[in-house]
Amino acid sequence: MRFITDRKRALGMGSAKSGTEHFWEMKVSSVALLILIPLFVFTFGSVVGESHDVVVAYFAKPFPALITGLTLIVGFAHFKSGATVLIEDYVHGTAQKLLIISVTCLSYLAMATGLFALAKLAF
Amino acid sequence: MAEMNRGSRPLSPHLSIYRPQLTSISSILVRITGNALIVGALLVVWWLLAAATSPEYFAFVDGLLTSVFGKLVMLGSIWALWYHTLGGVRHLIWDNARGLDLDSAYKLGWAVVYGSGLLTLLTIVIL
Repeated sequence: MRFITDRKRALGMGSAKSGTEHFWEMKVSSVALLILIPLFVFTFGSVVGESHDVVVAYFAKPFPALITGLTLIVGFAHFKSGATVLIEDYVHGTAQKLLIISVTCLSYLAMATGLFALAKLAF
Repeated sequence: MAEMNRGSRPLSPHLSIYRPQLTSISSILVRITGNALIVGALLVVWWLLAAATSPEYFAFVDGLLTSVFGKLVMLGSIWALWYHTLGGVRHLIWDNARGLDLDSAYKLGWAVVYGSGLLTLLTIVIL
């Protein structure tokens, strides 16, 4: 016979281990992206297919460079959090941990690569 | 005691037995588009890196992005981007406990579907 109570067995096993942090993080980044994405689509879109000289000169200007930089930072952070939830919903155990680490690495790697390229173009 | 019924409790409805509805499909599409956007996002980063490297490397990646295949991926990404954006707006509305009744949820669902198509067309026309 086990003397452990139902309450003791259930304590700490709930899904909401960290409260509403993730929800709020997604909400803040989504509002930021709501402004950034339309600006990014039409700045980036206006120079795709242009010559190399035009592209380099374009990203040396403050407005396109700032929009691109902010979109890279907020966009990949938003992706990291969103993709983490996707993994948490469908994959469990060690595979879940490995996938979340991979997705986090990929997000920051892409963000850093984009910012490095942008810095090289802007300066 | 909860011990008696562990493992045999009914699970929440699975996709295979759940009739697809506008509300469920439009919600799943937000998740699919959001995660699929990584393909377009990585292509954009690659394009930026190529532009920062050399004119020859840039010509290669830019050629790839403006090829028929590249344009198809970009077109899909633009639609996914607008769909995910409008789906996100719907969530921002829902977060305030507004529009959660069935009638409003359906209207918002169709607004996301048609709105994303319209914004995609608009983007193609402008760019």
